[in-house]
Amino acid sequence: MTALASAKAGTNGANRKQDRKQNRKPTTARMPRRRSQGKRSLEPWFYLAPAFIVLIALLGYPIFQLINVSLYDYRQAQVSGKAPLQFTGLENYQKLFADPEFWSVLGNTVLFAGACVVLTLLVGTLLAVLATRLRPWVRTALFVVSLGAWATPAVTGSAVWLFLFDPTLGLVNKALASVGLTQFNGYSWTYDKWSAFGLVASEVVWCSFPFVLVTVYAGIQAISTEVIEAARLDGASMPRIARSIMLPMLRPIVMVVTIQSIIWNFKIFSQIYIMTNGGGIAGQNLVLNVYGYQQAFAASLYGLGSALGVIMTTLLMIITLIYLRILKRTGEVL
Amino acid sequence: MTAVDVPLRKNRPAPDAPQQFRKRGRRRFGADAAALAIALLVAFPLFWMVLSALKPKTALDAGDAAPFTLEPSFDSFMRVLSLNNFGRYFLNSVIVALVVVIVSTVLAFLASVALTRYQFKVRTKLLIVVLVSQMVPVEALTIPLFFLLRNAGEAVPLVGLNQLGSLVLVHVGFSIPFAIWMLRGFVAAVPVEIEEAARIDGASGFRFVRSILFPLVAPGVVACSVFSFISTWNDFLFAKTFIISAQENQTLPMALLTFFKPDQNDWGAIMAGSVIMTIPVLIFFIAVQRKLVSGLAGAVKG
Repeated sequence: MTALASAKAGTNGANRKQDRKQNRKPTTARMPRRRSQGKRSLEPWFYLAPAFIVLIALLGYPIFQLINVSLYDYRQAQVSGKAPLQFTGLENYQKLFADPEFWSVLGNTVLFAGACVVLTLLVGTLLAVLATRLRPWVRTALFVVSLGAWATPAVTGSAVWLFLFDPTLGLVNKALASVGLTQFNGYSWTYDKWSAFGLVASEVVWCSFPFVLVTVYAGIQAISTEVIEAARLDGASMPRIARSIMLPMLRPIVMVVTIQSIIWNFKIFSQIYIMTNGGGIAGQNLVLNVYGYQQAFAASLYGLGSALGVIMTTLLMIITLIYLRILKRTGEVL
Repeated sequence: MTAVDVPLRKNRPAPDAPQQFRKRGRRRFGADAAALAIALLVAFPLFWMVLSALKPKTALDAGDAAPFTLEPSFDSFMRVLSLNNFGRYFLNSVIVALVVVIVSTVLAFLASVALTRYQFKVRTKLLIVVLVSQMVPVEALTIPLFFLLRNAGEAVPLVGLNQLGSLVLVHVGFSIPFAIWMLRGFVAAVPVEIEEAARIDGASGFRFVRSILFPLVAPGVVACSVFSFISTWNDFLFAKTFIISAQENQTLPMALLTFFKPDQNDWGAIMAGSVIMTIPVLIFFIAVQRKLVSGLAGAVKG
């Protein structure tokens, strides 16, 4: 009943609220066997209370505190109570915005996350298209190994990739040296800033393209064959069908997958932390999350770290809002 | 194997339709060959992990690059399990993950019942709150949570820093939004007629939820609990931040890191530890991938 009502309301976005209000009464009226609204109106709150108390305590309150701490000069002395807590307003943010290191970390984050997103989408989508042309057992093999990569914990995935690219014992350097590229003997992939980022990005793409592959593949399968058949009868070529029919129909799914990837890749912590040993030589491989963590728990600058957390959260919430808008447009029933 | 194939083929076009995609056998062979090569490449890191864990230490230290081993040994596993208290860490990880799964699934199930089977004013708004809180970068909350748990530990030592309870608490919080989001699809799918029948038979609201709704959505509950399990099991950041001095309360990801030593990495032990940590996740993941695909498709249906 509820799905029906909101689906109806969702069809024309602008009038949504009005529609909903008008719809509610008749829908309830059609269900005469239901108990009166009065008695039932408290029931959902009993079911909701435990979960939402936890959410408020462990997500809501920390977010409030994050903003709060970011407005204070909060260091080890203040934590242990040796120095008085001082409200400094936006000073932490001013400090960050004046610090070239912050901008370089932000740049790193955007470049690194951007590269991961593009590569993940590219690999995942191409493989999804490829998967539609495969024999069933080959497709099964491809999906099973992809699920394996997807399921691998970030920590163990990082460990294995580090081992593969180890300067002296790693298989990659040995293989490269054995085909004549002797300069790779003992070559450290994590020494140079961009090769280190490249190594981490490879691991990230390896364990996140399966999500794109599975979702886009499901999307391609969901396109009804009648539509494609009709286009063929009208004389459309295969590339034309791909461009003018399949791509527009896949757009909502591709958008959602893109935004999910952006959110995930922006938040990457474990892989960078483990593979570059906490942010690389002289912090060359720091991304926002790792930087904030280091500022807070290595340098005891909790106020500054919190300000970084606020910036991070704000960026992701903007992306989430875009995501919500797209979800609404695709008719997701809330 | 077939388990993977079945759901993915569910939406396939009628058998005669895909002819358009598979015109010539030769081209298909090329696609198959390319896909197999890619599959091998994707599987390789996992294969190398298992292989390296089984190679004897001497071979690894000599930089043995052979893609096989003639003398598989469990030395690395023994080293991991005996020397470094790995069994204890494994147990810690299991305890934390199981408690999180049980608590978060029960709470999320109840909440999803309220959010799907009842009509009340702020319902849609609450759903959006759930969706948004699913997107909150929890990594950014490390600092406030650190202080929150430090203070909480003074009142209730069980959930303070250095205690497994602290990890349980934060992961219950992080798991709930996604679990609600996933479960609501399953809960909404139960026809309203069943609910009415139960009410006519005199079942109270809670009786219906407990004795009828819960068994009906059990498959979905299992699937969603697996996700809570995996995200808790994989957690590295919070284990690192909250378990500072109490070595005995460390979980697997941190334990694995103790094998990393500058220039002297015991790769055999690291790989063996990785295998121990990866296998449970792999099993659970393959077991619920069908639900995963439909759950994700539910969230992104176009």
